[in-house]
Amino acid sequence: MGRGREGSLAIGPLLRDQRVRSVLVQIIFCLLAAAAIAFLVHEASINLARRHLATGFGFWNVTAGFDISQTLIDYSSSTSTYGRAFWVGLLNTLLVAAIGIVLTTLLGFTIGIARLSSNWLVARLANGYVQLIRNIPLLLQLLFWYNAVLKALPDFRDSLRLPGGGFLNNRGLFLPAPQLGGSGHLVFLALLAGVAGAAGLAALARRGRLSGGAAAGLGLALVLGLPATVYLASGASVTLVYPEMSRFNLRGGIEILPEFVALVLGLVIYTAAFIAEVVRAGISSVPRGQTEAALALGLSRAATLRLVIVPQAMRVIIPPLTNQYLNLTKNSSLAVAIGYPDLVQIFTGTVLNQTSQPVEIVAITMAVYLTISLVTSFLMNQYNARMALVER
Amino acid sequence: MKRALVVTVYALATATLTLMTAASAATLDDVKKRGMLNCGANGQLPGFGLPDAQGNWTGIDVDLCRAVAAAILNDPNKVKFAALTAKDRFTALQSGDVDLLARNTTWTSSRDSQLALLATAVNYYDGQGFIIRKDLKVNSALELNDATICVQQGTTTELNLADYFRANKMRLKSVTFLQLEEAVSAYDSGRCNAYTTDASGLYGVRLKLAKPDDHVVLPEIISKEPLAPFVRQGDDQWFDVVKWVHFAMVNAEELNVTKANVDEQAKSDNPEIKRLLGAEGNFGEQLGLSKDWVHRIVKHVGNYGEVFERNVGQGSPLKIARGQNALWTKGGLQYGPPIR
Repeated sequence: MGRGREGSLAIGPLLRDQRVRSVLVQIIFCLLAAAAIAFLVHEASINLARRHLATGFGFWNVTAGFDISQTLIDYSSSTSTYGRAFWVGLLNTLLVAAIGIVLTTLLGFTIGIARLSSNWLVARLANGYVQLIRNIPLLLQLLFWYNAVLKALPDFRDSLRLPGGGFLNNRGLFLPAPQLGGSGHLVFLALLAGVAGAAGLAALARRGRLSGGAAAGLGLALVLGLPATVYLASGASVTLVYPEMSRFNLRGGIEILPEFVALVLGLVIYTAAFIAEVVRAGISSVPRGQTEAALALGLSRAATLRLVIVPQAMRVIIPPLTNQYLNLTKNSSLAVAIGYPDLVQIFTGTVLNQTSQPVEIVAITMAVYLTISLVTSFLMNQYNARMALVER
Repeated sequence: MKRALVVTVYALATATLTLMTAASAATLDDVKKRGMLNCGANGQLPGFGLPDAQGNWTGIDVDLCRAVAAAILNDPNKVKFAALTAKDRFTALQSGDVDLLARNTTWTSSRDSQLALLATAVNYYDGQGFIIRKDLKVNSALELNDATICVQQGTTTELNLADYFRANKMRLKSVTFLQLEEAVSAYDSGRCNAYTTDASGLYGVRLKLAKPDDHVVLPEIISKEPLAPFVRQGDDQWFDVVKWVHFAMVNAEELNVTKANVDEQAKSDNPEIKRLLGAEGNFGEQLGLSKDWVHRIVKHVGNYGEVFERNVGQGSPLKIARGQNALWTKGGLQYGPPIR
């Protein structure tokens, strides 16, 4: 009895405390949300069971039995599992996203800066590009590029022969593949060491211990020289495997699919239009006085752009730029329309259809895209923190 | 605020529950109440399911849906068709979006078991084949080692293709598309050496190519593809209705009851025809339909032979021979169990 009164005495004032109350409300909200999710999962599993639908993740280790046109890791339709097919699809998605992000950044920045050019023609052309590209649905653009790629290139029997043993036709781009023989992996290690050394030099240059030019020269020498020296010293051989004509196809070497090219092309061109606007907005946000001051101090136009305007503009550019990177990654799922085997095509397409477990498969796919997006955001936030204005 | 939250969560949960249970009622009663049959069809395949410019659907699968509607509602036009991709078709049926899936779908054990569906009766016996450019001078599918093949995603075709190449120790490069149109267009532009799908589909695809005469269908049939309309598990009455609509059309052909002579045949003295057309017994009512259900089907849609010839046979651009789809009395596999 006494205890109860003591308790109520203690809780009364606590409830009147604004901070305690807000924490309490949040805890209750979380509990309710968790309960709702648990309820939905429970209901869904009951309903699935009542309709005799298979559940669980047992399918992961079942042999897939279908073929995939582009695989970055070993995959065979006769032995590989659905789980392996998942990884093949994921890597294909990441490949498109990584290459797409790099290329679209270059193109987007170029066009964004061109839009602000004092040259009338350049500025108009850049403006026209942005207006045209961002107002046409991406899916249509992808189909356009895919058909453009397929129709423009010759049939495999009339392949264009490229210098150095490559071929170009409507089956894709076929290049000789380097194959490391003997102690070839040493060359690879030397290349890694060279890259690491160059990165170190760049860090020194940033701290002002080394001039930028010297760092660049030395870095290049390391990246190229180290592997070359090791290659010559060890006598290892790198042989090239050339693609060869067979009855229906080219065989051997590196094969770059037209679906891949069309997808990257479409995503890069589309996203670059948005990035150009982001860049233009960023640069416009830097007060005109900054340019005038830099020019008054005797900096050249190029140096003004590089040292004064872009660093300040980057603070405005980075957050929306991150959005565009995420958009590009998510938009890559439109690959399904043009036959590129990305995660959505393989996993929520064929695998879902063969196993018919949409709940599990869609959940996994959503988790994957969420993870990719969160990782991209995290990296960009780190970069943003580094670029942020340091106030003293 | 808390109360608002509770209400929201409750509303959400109830909505989900309602959605999930909507599909489990008796389908036949639903269709009667709605006055409309929801039918999942192909939408892109000539001869099986394809709407014309005016939105009129035709095809052998489409006519099965019309026959079911005629039997239940006495009107072959009370069907709402949903064009489904190979990938989406089962989800549409499982979730109750369509009452019946008649979309050139192969009957397999896992579709009966793992997908929790039921194949009703085979309305077309098919098999997988290849179409290829004539100038490649290929005479047999066994010469396709190293070839690039275009294929539609989410089909048994995709698996058969990998199996066939593996079994014959050939190397395969396949390019997979979600939509039939895109797969065919990629083949037509030379992205692939060959295109593979069910043989019936190949004839329709050939008509869509820029120069149909430059392409040839290879003789090999590499798989068994019994195409059947599907229904959900757990509704035996509905399963019976769809199955027997098909059998009734086959029996009508066997007994020479046609669209043109059905009114006359209704006066026939042949006991089999009497039972079929409802002059004797109440077999339609036993199925939950009307006494004259077969009369309605044949009057509005026709018998199996008429439907076949009109959509894929001599009366159509496809000109496919009856082959395995002839009546059992004529050396084929179409066999209607007796109505009695």
